[in-house]
This record gives sequence, structure tokens and C-alpha cells, in this order.
Amino acid sequence: MSQVLVVTSGKGGVGKTTSTAALGAALAHDGAKVVVIDFDVGLRNLDLVLGAERRVVFDLINVINGVAKLPQALIRDKRLENLHLLPASQTRDKDALTQDGVEKVIAELREKFDWIICDSPAGIERGATLAMRYADAAIVVTNPEVSSVRDSDRIIGILDAKTARAERGERVDKHLLITRYNATAAARGEMLTIDDVLEILSCPLLGIVPESKEVLRASNVGTPVTLNNPQSAPARAYFDAARRLKGEQIPMLVQGTTASIFTKLFARKAA
Amino acid sequence: MNLLRFFRSGSAPVARERLQILLAHERRAGNQPDLLAILREEILAVIGRHVTFEPDKVQIKLDRGKSVSTLAVDIEIPNNRTAGALAA
Repeated sequence: MSQVLVVTSGKGGVGKTTSTAALGAALAHDGAKVVVIDFDVGLRNLDLVLGAERRVVFDLINVINGVAKLPQALIRDKRLENLHLLPASQTRDKDALTQDGVEKVIAELREKFDWIICDSPAGIERGATLAMRYADAAIVVTNPEVSSVRDSDRIIGILDAKTARAERGERVDKHLLITRYNATAAARGEMLTIDDVLEILSCPLLGIVPESKEVLRASNVGTPVTLNNPQSAPARAYFDAARRLKGEQIPMLVQGTTASIFTKLFARKAA
Repeated sequence: MNLLRFFRSGSAPVARERLQILLAHERRAGNQPDLLAILREEILAVIGRHVTFEPDKVQIKLDRGKSVSTLAVDIEIPNNRTAGALAA
């Protein structure tokens, strides 16, 4: 059974593309067949974060227009043979992305992949609504900061109203992924805590990705953080989140803090 | 909440309180126009089956009170047409 996920947030710059790449690589690393789709027509970046920018020949719009077949547009990752990218086009014509076209592409991908992860553009316009349109579940990426939380609330409302599932009277499962979290600042009362964000958005938590230089380092070299430094705190947080997506029960830790190291030691002994 | 702010010296409690107030407001505001649009469409469809009226001579108002809300539907129906419809 394939799962279609949308990684969305409303606000830009909170870590949608980073999270798409990191989770896609984590799921593919564990053996699943994964495709990540860039829906940010005109401003594509998932290719760059995955280090595939020089290998793009055809894109999503080409497939929708019938210029290329789907297999021609899919780029296989050089490190993980299970991981594929369907890039966005750099054309400025956003109308090229049609609802029927997206529906057909997703249906075709469902036959070949276990996970189809749609990287949404920021905002609530066409690109964003089409990215979420055929999703079974959504990952709402939020920073512990007022404007990001407000926009996430808005996006959650749209997920409940404008997706194909919502229109059929079904549910789109929503998972909150808190990124750029700084446990020290939260403890000092300088940043919203995890509990604050959960209470305000009342959405189940998928993971907590700590603020880390590793994320920038990974994007600099074009490798998902989960592959570039799998032992780093953000990578471990993404691996945990990927396992939760698969339905595994994993204790929620803020990776990289002292508490988590102790808990990890005890967890290992117990296992 | 004020007690909490007293103990936690940072600005995060302020952020939390502002968000809670804002989102409570926005969620209500976000739902209201949609509900009214649906009500308007469905009520007019039912009435339109029996009487003829001008769509722009319709007023629908939703007043939200503390314990009760009232929905007021005001439709102007020309007398001659009503009589015809009721007689038929």
C-alpha cells in the first residue's frame, strides 16, 4: 500500500524542503521505495538540496504536458537506489500545473512507490493546494515562533477543507514536525516550548528537529542531513520521525540534549 | 497565565498568549463565511423550488450571541408571483 504525504507549512523558510529530503532519504535507507516531488514551480530547490541539480532533464510539468514520460523525468539518487526525485520546472507559468495532470501523475507513482512525498511551496495558492490535493497524510512543518505557528494553523484548516480526502468526507492524517527547536531557549522562556505549540495547534507530534549547523552543512554539499551525518542530532530526529511514519512507537526525545543521551543509554540496555 | 509569566522571565509566554487569542479569533472568522455561504445556497435552493424571487433581494444575517445565535433570512418576494406559485 503506497502512502502519499505532503510536507507543508504555509510559511516559507521553516524547513519543508530540508525535511522532505531528510525523511525521503531516511525511508529509502530503510529499504522502502521512495519518490520525492517538488511542487514549487518556478522556484525549485529540492534538486539542489538532494545534489541532483545538474541531472534534471525533464520535470513534473513536462510529464503533465505529455512532453516526457514519467520514467524519463524521474531522477534516481546516486547514493540510495530506492530514492527518486521528480523535479519541478523552472517555468514561470504556474497554470501549467493542472489538477487532472497532478492526479494522473500521483496515480502512476502509487503503482511504483511505497512513499510519495510532495514538497509543497510556501503560501496557500495553487501550488500549495495541488501539492496537498491527493495526500493521504500531511506533515506540517512548524518553527516554535508566532508567525510559523499561525500559518500552520491556517494550513491545517485548509487540509481539512480542500483535499480530495476531505471532500470525500475522509480524514487527512496530520503530523506536526517541529523544526529549528532550541531546548535551552525554550527552558529559559525565550522560545515557545513543544507543549505550547502542541496545545495551540492540537495536532499529533511526529518529531522534534533541533536547530543545528548540520542542516546547513548538509544543504551546502547537496546531501540530505540523514545521509550526510546520520549520527547528528537533526539526522537522528528525522530517522525517528521516519520510523513513526511507518507506525513504530518511539519515545519522543529532543535529540542532542543531555537528557536524550541518558535516555538513549537506558533504552539501549533495555533493548 | 500571569503567574506563569511572573515565574518565566522570557518572552515566550507572551507569544503563547498572543497566539491563543489570535487563533481563537481567526478560527471563528475563518469558519463563519463558509457556513453562511452554504446556508444561503441551500435555503435559497429550497425556497426557489416553490416561489420566484430576485437573488439580489435576499439578506442573510448571522448574529452570534453568548448563549444563542440567530440566523435571519430576509427574502423579498413580489406579490403577483407568490400568488401564482401558491395557487399552482
